[in-house]
Amino acid sequence: MSPFVPMVQSTVVAATPLIFAALGETIVEKSGVLNLGIEGMMLVGAIAGFAATLATGNAGIGFVAGAAAGTAMALIFAVLTISLQTNQVATGLALTLFGIGLSAFVGHDLAGMPLPGMEGVTFPVLTSLPLVGELLFHYDPMVYGSIILLIAVMWFLERSHAGLKMRAIGESPAVAHSIGHPVVLIRYLAVMFGGATSGIAGAYLSEVQTPMWAEGMSAGKGWIALALVVFGTWRPGRVVLGAYLFGGVTVLQLFAQGIGLNVPAEFLSMLPYAATVVVLVIICRDPKTILLNQPASLGRSFYPGT
Amino acid sequence: MTRYTRVLGRMAAAVLLSCAALGAQAAGPLKVAFVYLGPVGDGGWTFQHDQGRQGLEKAMGTAIKTTYIENVPETADAERVLRQLAADGNELIFATSFGYMEPLLKVAKQFPKVKFEHVNGYKQATNVVTYEPIFDQGFYLMGIIAGKMTKTNTLGFIGSFPIPSVVRDANAFILGAKSVNPKSTLKVVWASTWYDPGKERQAAETLMGQGADVLSQNTDSPAGIQAAEAKGKYAFALDSDMSKYGPKAHLTASTENWTDYYVQETKAVIAGTWTGNRATRWGLKEKMVVMAPMNVAVPADVVKMVEDKKTAIANGSFDYFGGPIKDNTGKERVAAGAKLPVGDYMSMNWYVEGVEGSVPQ
Repeated sequence: MSPFVPMVQSTVVAATPLIFAALGETIVEKSGVLNLGIEGMMLVGAIAGFAATLATGNAGIGFVAGAAAGTAMALIFAVLTISLQTNQVATGLALTLFGIGLSAFVGHDLAGMPLPGMEGVTFPVLTSLPLVGELLFHYDPMVYGSIILLIAVMWFLERSHAGLKMRAIGESPAVAHSIGHPVVLIRYLAVMFGGATSGIAGAYLSEVQTPMWAEGMSAGKGWIALALVVFGTWRPGRVVLGAYLFGGVTVLQLFAQGIGLNVPAEFLSMLPYAATVVVLVIICRDPKTILLNQPASLGRSFYPGT
Repeated sequence: MTRYTRVLGRMAAAVLLSCAALGAQAAGPLKVAFVYLGPVGDGGWTFQHDQGRQGLEKAMGTAIKTTYIENVPETADAERVLRQLAADGNELIFATSFGYMEPLLKVAKQFPKVKFEHVNGYKQATNVVTYEPIFDQGFYLMGIIAGKMTKTNTLGFIGSFPIPSVVRDANAFILGAKSVNPKSTLKVVWASTWYDPGKERQAAETLMGQGADVLSQNTDSPAGIQAAEAKGKYAFALDSDMSKYGPKAHLTASTENWTDYYVQETKAVIAGTWTGNRATRWGLKEKMVVMAPMNVAVPADVVKMVEDKKTAIANGSFDYFGGPIKDNTGKERVAAGAKLPVGDYMSMNWYVEGVEGSVPQ
């Protein structure tokens, strides 16, 4: 087996939770809402998914529970920012802090318990193919779920009527409101969708990537997902590409050490973050890409009036 | 007037009562406090310390009263927690993480009567002592098993940070392996974290992808064990028996037993014989380093070999860092028949023969 196969496999597993969280946030931001609470929603999703799987023995139920918990968190955010017009940045930060604390509190007695993890899917014929089978057809179901989600989000944003409406709201909620689109309702739905995918991302961490619960186990992945949305300039395809790139650099630094490359460990662990900064700088050099794709009303509250 | 007199009387009574309470406290059980880095349910480092605390309670009964504070970060929070514990009347405080060193020394200066015990530290004071297990003894024994169990002759080590004590663990591990299998080599990956399950798992997968079939680690989470179990490879755990995370993969673990040390120190405080400025290092001999039960997959002759070496290390008749030892560039570090100087042992920053790459500087 080529040593590159496990490298690709680790990259995919590392990128999958980022894809779920970042695609959800793309939808949220496209509706004009900035939710900085991904990290908190992920952690609550992680503990909910872990607890549900531990209780039922069914990973599927765990993901449903994770999504539900993430949605509930997002609902709090939606009520505060959309209905009560609180500041989105401050509320998002509060949501993250709340999620970190809540998940630690709820999960206190669950730390240190093992889960069996999730079996990979086997496709007839395809999985047994040499190389291609190993590279593409032996992951857990959620990896394929993340690809399906990508296609769905792309279709929704670029091809569907509802997606067009939502983008209009993100550009100018006042105009969308005046021609009769339900701004508040659609923003609620978008925020809740983002909560559900963040919850799934969290559940992926505690059920598949490392099947166990540990306090603060998302280790900043929620913030990376947030950066990926800007990194991908609000385009789902690029967001996913960014997630794989980020996962790849993380794995690459470990791989380089394993083959005995003499690079300082601190430098290597800095690499993924440095790469993010570099790409962000490159993107920002061309203001047009940002302006074209960034929702014009991002982060601003909307008063529907009477 | 009468009302005020009554109030005054009550206040006087309250003062008297609280004085009585203070007096009772001084004569009551010795208060011993523990400061933990993680939650007691972390299944690793902190869990073992809490086992030690429970063992201490069992051994000392009503003579002492213990408290613990978990999840204390190695920041200014540690100082606040330590000061609070000292102010609360705890007379003996065990701080169970390396990073508490500076805050602990600061608080120790302000509470000269309180006795502080710091794990893995290297700074002592009149009321501060340090204690640590000799981890590399456990790694040497695990290395013997690894050398016998490997089929690819490639072993893996997931390191936290390239500091001397961890480099020593990696070196002891490959020395153990080479003592039974001279062809074995060791790949080391630094995760730059003590605890990040995701990253530890990636490190484990990377090592296995590069041919390692027996892994060891000095990071704290069981993620490496889980990864090895999923790939049908072997792994060793540190701190706690982690066999429940990978019943097939988990060969054994080098764990810590803190109870005896905690009992010894607590008894010394009660007897008034406790002194500062000490550094305690305990290993297999004092049973601070304890091997977890071995996997059934380990053949009986290997178990015997490990037991023999364990006895030899414990009674001092065998020293795996005894010469001849070459580093992995071929330079002789310890001459045949010579011993590794203590200074070199404490500041080890080179790999022995058989480890790939070089220690990141």
